Amino acid sequence: MNILVKNGRIIDPLWKIDKIGDILIEEGEIVGIGGTIESRVTVTIEAKGKIVSPGFIDLHTHLREPGREDMETIETGLAAAASGGFTTVCAMPNTDPPCDNQAHVNFLIERAKQTKKANLLPVGTITKGREGKKLSEMGELRKAGCPAVSDDGDSVEDAGLMRRALEYASMLDLLVISHCEDKALSLDGVMREGYWSTVLGLSPIPAEAESTIVERDVQLAEMTGARLHIAHVSTKESVGIIRAAKKRGVKVTAEVTPHHFTLSDREVKTFDTNMKVNPPLGSAEDVKALKEGLKDGTIDAIATDHAPHLESDKEKEFDYAPFGMIGLETALSLAVMNLVDEGYLDWPALVSKMSGTPAKILKYGRGTLRKGSVADIVIIDPDREWTYKREGVRSRSSNSPFIGRKMKAAVTDVIAEGKVVLRNGECL
Amino acid sequence: MKKKDSVKWEKKDLLGIAELSREEIRIILDRAKNFREVLDRHIPKVPTLRGKTIANLFYEPSTRTRSSFELAAKRLSADTLSITASSSSFLKGETLKDTARNIEAMKVDMIIMRHSCAGAPHFLSRRVKAAVVNAGDGAHEHPTQALLDAFTIENTLGKIKGLKVSIIGDIAHSRVARSNILALTRLGADVTVCGPKTLMPEQIEKMGVRVTYNIKEAMEGADVLNVLRIQLERQKEALFPSIREYVRFFGINSRRLKKHAKKGVVIMHPGPVNRGVELSQDVADGKYSVILDQVTNGVAIRMAVLFILLGRTGKTVVEDQLRISEK
Repeated sequence: MNILVKNGRIIDPLWKIDKIGDILIEEGEIVGIGGTIESRVTVTIEAKGKIVSPGFIDLHTHLREPGREDMETIETGLAAAASGGFTTVCAMPNTDPPCDNQAHVNFLIERAKQTKKANLLPVGTITKGREGKKLSEMGELRKAGCPAVSDDGDSVEDAGLMRRALEYASMLDLLVISHCEDKALSLDGVMREGYWSTVLGLSPIPAEAESTIVERDVQLAEMTGARLHIAHVSTKESVGIIRAAKKRGVKVTAEVTPHHFTLSDREVKTFDTNMKVNPPLGSAEDVKALKEGLKDGTIDAIATDHAPHLESDKEKEFDYAPFGMIGLETALSLAVMNLVDEGYLDWPALVSKMSGTPAKILKYGRGTLRKGSVADIVIIDPDREWTYKREGVRSRSSNSPFIGRKMKAAVTDVIAEGKVVLRNGECL
Repeated sequence: MKKKDSVKWEKKDLLGIAELSREEIRIILDRAKNFREVLDRHIPKVPTLRGKTIANLFYEPSTRTRSSFELAAKRLSADTLSITASSSSFLKGETLKDTARNIEAMKVDMIIMRHSCAGAPHFLSRRVKAAVVNAGDGAHEHPTQALLDAFTIENTLGKIKGLKVSIIGDIAHSRVARSNILALTRLGADVTVCGPKTLMPEQIEKMGVRVTYNIKEAMEGADVLNVLRIQLERQKEALFPSIREYVRFFGINSRRLKKHAKKGVVIMHPGPVNRGVELSQDVADGKYSVILDQVTNGVAIRMAVLFILLGRTGKTVVEDQLRISEK
């Protein structure tokens, strides 16, 4: 199938491209990019007034398969990804069982291929069984196709083990993604410690539960020379630590979720369990620091931490509800409304945070529109307003506090590996 | 100020003091005055809520609050139903949502709920048509306790505005502290909170209170000392070193009162008291203690709350709805 995308604003920050023009795709590959291209093709997509960007890459997705297919499957998760403009997602390994071996990795890749919606990059565990006791077979995980390892959901509590993990991973040039949380500080907390936790009487999680581990892992990365990626940064203190580390040359990168730069802890005041996430929503000051961090490059990427949960699990007392919200379908709009419209990022910078930079972090040869690259493309109507409706949710779960809210900027078309998977907002 | 019989009461529920305006707090306090008189009558019962059904849903053990609500309902001639955690299907894994729907299906008019989770009554109120009264949710709010405390202060000292009230103890885990702070500051009192730093929640000063870790400072010039129960299990969580040290630094005894407090300082406690811990025996039983008045006033306040919520017409609380007549 040959596809011609016409008259769009083509943005590819990796190659410093930002111009109006056409893109020609043949057999899954970008074969032409430039002014006006004439070609006999099977599909023409008119993109006048729209933005044509490399397909988004999500560094942090929970697909729940295997184990909790009642919450999400690889198929429904990748459909949600496609409708949010993501052509690749990194599947976090905290499934049941956790992804800690080659056979599991092969299973994920195979299942994803069958869906033909988006590409899946499996993230393996740092420790066997995600138990924080012994190193997983990282060499085999790498070989099977994992670009990264993570015990996401928990920190590797044992600092000595984390040191060995970073050392071993660096030998393999494997990225280590760290979920930073000191459980001795977060305890049974359910929201960020501060004025609102005091007013609401909910068990608090201090900001330092995150930042002390960020500091520890940054120092261990510096010691070992490993590539460290900090997952879902949520506090001002963490941003400061990462900024300082980058200045002195530590190989550390970081991501922030759309909900952490959109919402603050005061949103918990209605006890809406969809506002219960880990790490918890920060203070207004944290939100500002995260946006500043994105602006000055301290935070490299926007990642969703898409975390599906059953409505019956969420519809409980705040203390008893699980942490997490879905995010694949709202990431772009939240970024546009909170970052582009507020002047923190321009379009090329936003596109970079959602495609080119995640690709670089993963050493993954996509996230670009350069001639010869795999045709992963997202077409965006930057001004279209829409409402996120429950009926329209493509994820199997609908635990989002944004349902019912007005959104700006819509993904209209998505091409994944040269195939149109979303056309005029409809999944194909 | 508007006349009390013309102030609108539109809320379905009493979830917390946070949702109440000063005027709404006044409506309850003023109404409670009438009921306080009823309680002193020969036959302390009125037919006001005859035909109404009130369910007590207690997910946490409670003797005092539950009995107080139950008595308030009975004094108003309402039918009551009591469901406690140990006997309920909660233990069989029924969710709060289902429990709520089941109680709703039984057509009760009001649910009074105590729960260990903050926000549980708010969850319930969004799912039932019945009025919901928060009888304590986690460390969040305990509105009727704050109302009865305010009522007791006003009854004892003749006013609230301008008074200095110190709340002493485990502020971090106390719903009584939070509701008291909200109610008393709204009514114009000058509130200080005092306790070990480990039991003081972050940024509490933003709720409009003065914070001190020094018991002398909390006592000096105070008109009222509202002393909270210290939960002995907090010590196991390493939140303070020992009961002995707590008593030494924060316990209220008559020697300390004589030395630092104003003569006639009113001593309050939401109960149950750990004698010899937060309050010494002689202070708990002393002449300035109004702890038992609080208990009696609690019934009057709860009668007022039940009356106002169940007598709600959607427009106004009309004076003649209150048919107080001694038979």
